[in-house]
Amino acid sequence: MQSPAFRVVRALLLLLIGIFFLFPIVWVLLMSFMTNVDILRSPPSPFFVPTLRNYVALISGHLSTSSGEVQIDYMHNLLNSVILSTCSVIVSLILGVPAAYAFARFKFRGGEDMAFTLLSFRFAPPLLVLLPLLGYFQAIGLYDTYFGLIWVYQLITLPLVLWITRGYFEDVSEDLELAYRLDGHSWLSTFFRISIPLARPGIAAAGLLSFIFAWNNFIFALILGSSSVQPVTVGALAFITASGIEYGQIAAALVLSVIPTLILAIFTQRYLVEGLSLGAIKG
Amino acid sequence: MDATLSRPAPVSKKGGGAGKRRPLVSARVLPYLLSLPALLTCIGILIPFITAVIYSLERYNLAFPQARRFVWFGNFIHLFSSAGFWHTVYVSLAYTVLTVGVELLLGLGIALLLWRRSLLTNLLSVLLILPLMVAPAIAALMWKLMTNANFGVLSYLVNAVGIHDFRWGASPSTALFTVVLVDVWVYTPFIAILLLAGLRGLPRQPFEAAELDGVPASFVFFRILLPMLLPYLLTASLFRMLDSIQQFDIIYAMTQGGPGDTLLVFQVQSYLQAFTFTDIGRASAILMVLWVITYALTTVFMKNWTRLRERAHGHA
Repeated sequence: MQSPAFRVVRALLLLLIGIFFLFPIVWVLLMSFMTNVDILRSPPSPFFVPTLRNYVALISGHLSTSSGEVQIDYMHNLLNSVILSTCSVIVSLILGVPAAYAFARFKFRGGEDMAFTLLSFRFAPPLLVLLPLLGYFQAIGLYDTYFGLIWVYQLITLPLVLWITRGYFEDVSEDLELAYRLDGHSWLSTFFRISIPLARPGIAAAGLLSFIFAWNNFIFALILGSSSVQPVTVGALAFITASGIEYGQIAAALVLSVIPTLILAIFTQRYLVEGLSLGAIKG
Repeated sequence: MDATLSRPAPVSKKGGGAGKRRPLVSARVLPYLLSLPALLTCIGILIPFITAVIYSLERYNLAFPQARRFVWFGNFIHLFSSAGFWHTVYVSLAYTVLTVGVELLLGLGIALLLWRRSLLTNLLSVLLILPLMVAPAIAALMWKLMTNANFGVLSYLVNAVGIHDFRWGASPSTALFTVVLVDVWVYTPFIAILLLAGLRGLPRQPFEAAELDGVPASFVFFRILLPMLLPYLLTASLFRMLDSIQQFDIIYAMTQGGPGDTLLVFQVQSYLQAFTFTDIGRASAILMVLWVITYALTTVFMKNWTRLRERAHGHA
């Protein structure tokens, strides 16, 4: 089976796959260190004198365009992304972990239906909810607020937290909890001292993954906020459509927006399979 | 499974196990209490859904608020008799079939190549995660930079191999190809990673037996491997179908539905109806059609997914 020709073909295919999936990231990273002159050079070349100008311009907020300087506070978008994703995950963990425990431990009337209803939110068209919500949010003053957005972000982060941690709670031995309770400890302390610590890897994985998903969201803030609360995903689009901004600066903006999730991805990769399949496949 | 309700009669008699104290809440109420906050948060989201249903039955244009009234299925009748709507259905289905089809084949191929563990395949399976972690909207912008007519490295390469005047997202004839390419770049790793996990979880004996008996490779692939992998293939593709049929981020970031009406898939079409033409009624009607499709897909998905999940957590 493992003839030399077969192995060469296999290695070649693996190389091609590697290039296809990594080249865009590498190229945009390179572009972010290029001057406009380097970028417009033909043929494009990966060899150039790197510059930090693009990042300096982004961080200071003074961007150079073909028609002079323009002020865009991209760092504020970055801050918004951090605030929205972090708070959404914290809220989801507070709401989701006890619920996940309930669904894992107790067979109660309507429990399974509730769990599935929560999961089905993951698959409903977001605009269907966002359109009416826009009217409500404007009426009750939640439009363009972090609070309103964090609430809506629960649509993505809560099902993820709920279903991943549920799987981990189901795997925690019941006998252990029971033994601790027979020792005279209350249900609450059993939950905090036994169940949560044992499910901790699952809770951590759920938190990291839902952070990534929240960070990558685009449509919620596009509709329910203005630039004052919009995250990098929306900010970057405004950036690229604004006329005449130097391409290196656009590339740098894209790099800054993906770095946090790429770093987190390396940490979460052990749990990725289980998280992405909402607990249906173990990695 | 149900600790508090069935097994530990002595525990609940002693007051939730907390010595001689009576429990604060009974075991019957506890699960509801625990899950209630999560549910309430989401019910806040269900109310807008009902509103959307009502919108879809109204003539409701923000530009003419005084003309707002209930028209039953007027919006739907108008939709089903308009060519633009059927174009939306066509583009959405084309996008879904193309993305899921290509991703499934490519993902299966990659998973098979990475099946045998080695330093190289381990490294590649980690690196493969990276595109999946890039926000789809950002991924579209990255590809937009690379396909820019003035300086894009891909535009240059395509031109260099002799295909001139290939305008990627800017031309109606290649726009669909371009956004499908971005989708494939982002989501193929998803399918590959899930299938790889599936492959590595398969029992080894059938394959070892087949090898001993000298069974041809094609037989092993079609008669042993694929059937065993089928639940994973189904779950992965249903996951992707549900995302693809409602794709917004990639298409909106790449071309905003253009050029012209080339890429007006469900959610982009509805977004334009609502925010460019201020026609909330029609926008909601389009979304209701999309919702019916996703609801049907979700039902099929849940069945399959539940089966896999029970197997993964070992309690069928």
